[in-house]
Amino acid sequence: MIGALLARREVGLIVMIALVALVVGLIEPRFLTAETLRIVTLAIPLILVAAMGQMMVILARHVDLSIGAILGFAAIVAGMIFRDMPQLPTIVGVLAAIACGAVLGLANGLVVTTFNLPSIIVTLGTLSLYRGLVFLVSGSRQVDPQFIPRGLISMSQTSPIFGIPWIVLIAFAIALATWAFLGYTRTGRQIYAIGSNPVAAPLRSIRVTPVTLFVFTLSGALAGVAGVMYAARFGYVNPGITGVGFEFIVIAAVVVGGVSINGGVGSVLGVTLGVIFLGMVNVALPILGVSAFWQSAIYGAVILLALVVDRTVRIRGAAALTLSRGTA
Amino acid sequence: MTALVSARGVSKSFAGVEVLRDVDLDLAAGEVHALLGENGAGKSTFARIVAGVHRPTSGTIALGGAPVDIASPVIAQSLGITLIHQEPISFPDLSVAENLVLGRSAGGPLARVPWAAMTRDARRLMDVLGVRIDVTRPMRGLSIADQQMVEIARALASDARLIIMDEPTASLTPNEVATLFTIARRLRDEGRAIVFISHRLEEVRDLCDRVTIFRDGARVETAAIGALSDAEIIRRMIGRPHQDYMHKTGVAIGGVALKITGLTRRGAFADISFDVRHGEIVGMGGLVGAGRTDVARAIFGVEPADSGTIEIDGKPATIREPSDAIALGLAFVPEDRAVAGIFRSLSVEANITAAVPGKIAPRGFIRRAVEKTLAADAVKRLRIRLASVRQPIGELSGGNQQKAILARWLMTDPSVLILDEPTRGIDIGVKAEFYDMIGDLAAQGRAILLISSELPELLALCDRVLVMSEGRLTADIPRSEATQERIMSAAVPASAGAAA
Amino acid sequence: MTDASLPAPGVQNAAPARPRWQVLLVRPETGTLLLLVGAIIVAANLSPFFSDLRFILESSTYYMEFGLVALVLTLVIISGEIDLSPAAMMALSACVFASLFQAGLPIGLAMVAGVATGAALGAFNGFLVVVLQLPSIIATIGTLTLFRGLSQVLAGDRSISGFPAWFMGIDWRTVGIVPYPVIGFTLAALALAVLLGMTVWGRQIYQIGVSEIAARHAGVRVRRIKFGLFVAMGVTSALAGLLTASRLASVRYDMATGGELQMVLMVMLGGTYIFGGRGGVLGTFLAAWLLVIIATGMNVANIVVTSQLVVMGLLLIGSIIATNAIYARTQR
Repeated sequence: MIGALLARREVGLIVMIALVALVVGLIEPRFLTAETLRIVTLAIPLILVAAMGQMMVILARHVDLSIGAILGFAAIVAGMIFRDMPQLPTIVGVLAAIACGAVLGLANGLVVTTFNLPSIIVTLGTLSLYRGLVFLVSGSRQVDPQFIPRGLISMSQTSPIFGIPWIVLIAFAIALATWAFLGYTRTGRQIYAIGSNPVAAPLRSIRVTPVTLFVFTLSGALAGVAGVMYAARFGYVNPGITGVGFEFIVIAAVVVGGVSINGGVGSVLGVTLGVIFLGMVNVALPILGVSAFWQSAIYGAVILLALVVDRTVRIRGAAALTLSRGTA
Repeated sequence: MTALVSARGVSKSFAGVEVLRDVDLDLAAGEVHALLGENGAGKSTFARIVAGVHRPTSGTIALGGAPVDIASPVIAQSLGITLIHQEPISFPDLSVAENLVLGRSAGGPLARVPWAAMTRDARRLMDVLGVRIDVTRPMRGLSIADQQMVEIARALASDARLIIMDEPTASLTPNEVATLFTIARRLRDEGRAIVFISHRLEEVRDLCDRVTIFRDGARVETAAIGALSDAEIIRRMIGRPHQDYMHKTGVAIGGVALKITGLTRRGAFADISFDVRHGEIVGMGGLVGAGRTDVARAIFGVEPADSGTIEIDGKPATIREPSDAIALGLAFVPEDRAVAGIFRSLSVEANITAAVPGKIAPRGFIRRAVEKTLAADAVKRLRIRLASVRQPIGELSGGNQQKAILARWLMTDPSVLILDEPTRGIDIGVKAEFYDMIGDLAAQGRAILLISSELPELLALCDRVLVMSEGRLTADIPRSEATQERIMSAAVPASAGAAA
Repeated sequence: MTDASLPAPGVQNAAPARPRWQVLLVRPETGTLLLLVGAIIVAANLSPFFSDLRFILESSTYYMEFGLVALVLTLVIISGEIDLSPAAMMALSACVFASLFQAGLPIGLAMVAGVATGAALGAFNGFLVVVLQLPSIIATIGTLTLFRGLSQVLAGDRSISGFPAWFMGIDWRTVGIVPYPVIGFTLAALALAVLLGMTVWGRQIYQIGVSEIAARHAGVRVRRIKFGLFVAMGVTSALAGLLTASRLASVRYDMATGGELQMVLMVMLGGTYIFGGRGGVLGTFLAAWLLVIIATGMNVANIVVTSQLVVMGLLLIGSIIATNAIYARTQR
């Protein structure tokens, strides 16, 4: 029965997406054009990639509030390598960014697991710490557009495959890999198990600490990938702007996508649909003439709505199960 | 009869308190061995040591003759020892099939999960047990009986040699108990060793071949089940001839203090009507899960009913939360004091005075002197043993904690007192003190509703025994007609013939 | 957090009580006090300014605003919840106040409206947590985003100013050498300390934090108290927002950005247990001053503001590690 409910979440999201497209399209036919599709698909790769990482963290019953700062740090490291060491091939900067992301994520995981602290407060601290490091490392200086390699920027514009930009393809490839990992590998299932019952996990030979560290590291690495994508997409990196507030969009997408904040429940398909939904809303706003200032407010409202829906579904589901239990 | 597991000189202390002393015990393959004893006698602790949950402070355990160090439950499982908990642990969001497999599959971190094979194997295991559970559904929402079956299936799948069942029948219907016992017998006949922990004599006689009796942390005796009579077993369990508690006579029964009419809450209980008079002790019997605690919580306002009326001393009462109930003179000693009773890290003083803020702080500011006096008085009257009234209540023993909770409620001078399993987990000596206190409270003119799963307790204390089954009131038995059989037959679900 | 499989000790033995001095002195607030003293010593060596009390007091006003809210946040955290939206509530209340003032409303009424907004926002938080029973940590992340967004909608990119002279510069008004905000903060700390330590409501807040279920069963009006705490957070945030508006003489949507971190830091640094049930106002009071010394010290030592983020982050993590270690060891 829960299976049916979960499927309903993805179905519900598809319905919501279709609804938004319909409603906005009716109000402003400009919305239903290939150009809009292009803009929407460009809006999502960063969020999708980071959401895959955050999803795994939340599935394990943790939260990482610092991914925006990690994204910023990775982007600035890549940017500075591009600017100050132009003789190195682009790939070096890219790999350095991902490595930095992984290290920062690992640091989060280490503090949480070593001292057994709630990840939400720890990452509230590292959010500040890492953002400070971004400023420190960059000297508060922006990496200007002329220093970002052309090849990287072109990845956000096109590719040989139907002209779909590389970063979009890469983002979906990562989503696919996450789906396979979570659904079909031992460690992937262990992540669900840890989130579902962290106390029982060690009793089932699940090595909770290594898996938790892995999840945080991967989340950081994916934030690093998103950082590189940022540079590719926007063509510059600014320590005070890049990645600021990013974590809230990502968490909104993950929560809307059906991942339970208590862990143990959630699907890649749902999160992907959640990202698409938010991306669409994002693009629809200016087309509808709604000022960009509404963005944050809408994300906040969306998070709250998703939480309330989840809560209602869970309470009704539990009540239904209790009733159906009958005896004992 | 070869000894599969041998324990020699096993002792265990927790934080300096000895709970197990020098236990020698052999568990053999091909038999069902019962561990009997009162609460706190040490039987569960011993079993947990064998299952790897605790490590002995001293002593050795040998498996098939060779000494082993069972350092963790995982190691125990690899040695073929499985513990079936009273409240089975599982991963509620994962499917039954996954729960069966988790922790037993080989391969590295990225090993592919063989879903099809997994589901097939899970179905096969369920068939072997004769249990009809859809293995693709999540564990969440399965009945306790079904969850136990899944744990047993897990044990079978890992070819467990020793299966320990810790009070498994507490939440089961007689039908489910029968199914469990059939499976246990079959496992025994296959040559495994089964350990059955319980304090229910009838079940032990039904299922077990040998019995070991624990008392005060020591092994008292091991014998074939047929070799001891019930009285002999009980005497070994409690250490002295069983003395029936003397029910108070000559207590004047007054007017109706609490009247419940048509109380209903969807999914929990339906159409509950009864009354309790001043001076009366009304018992409430039934199986675990019958809905008794739900009714109590509804009366007290913790989770109000959907419909029905409550009258206190003839006047209709609207109770939406506990503070309403308290204001009307009700008191409720909850079943699980660790969760719903004590404030573990707060002082005994603060715990005792928690329900009477008006007395210790008439204008908002706490009058320490008043609080001190009230608490000290309560400690003396109820003979609560502690080092200091200011120490955290978590440092007190279970019995003294329960006394403190009772003191809390007595301080509100209630006219109606609802007690939910008040002597659970309490030593036999303290139990007697509680029975005296309950009797005194009734003699003072209070109305007492006593929820209990211990039939002897109900029979000893109560003027009347109500029985609930599956959310409904099935009997109202006056003292003169009350017997264990009558209560039990009313407690058993009417649909006992149908499968769970 | 308790190990249910551990049997309670036998009837005769209750564990012996810890000596009184240990209970009184071995607690996180002592650590905070020591840190504060240490920080003052280090800072005094860093710069002669620090020996001047007036300098410290003048530099403190920025933190007094957060400190005020942190005091109430302490109570929220002790009760087992958390509120990450106060900085956004500050901004939104201030934006409402400023927008109404700019639209022509008399400033007194605008101020009242601002505080009323704060109360409404707090009530909204309370509704989500108490009535809808959403986990407060994620619900207030949602409202933090929502409120900040609404501030943006209301005030856009503008900087609203033009307030009358009497309204502005509250941080310059002093009694002797003590600025008004410092007086306000200290009085608030005293009042809340009395509330928490000496009244029945304070005791009930601790009870709720230790075990909400037990508190409910004991007749404590849990929902009412929690709801009240969230509303108090809203009102206090609004007042803090007005103080900030007075100090800066202007209101922008991005007022107090990142403030939630500093408020949580003050509470954690003060030794309040993140899981609720333990802690106190004294610790937060000391921690606020500790932050003042550290921040001012960094300014004087010419450490860039953005690097202070690093220090804040490290302090937060360090303080929860330390507090957790102390409480986990003494937990029974």
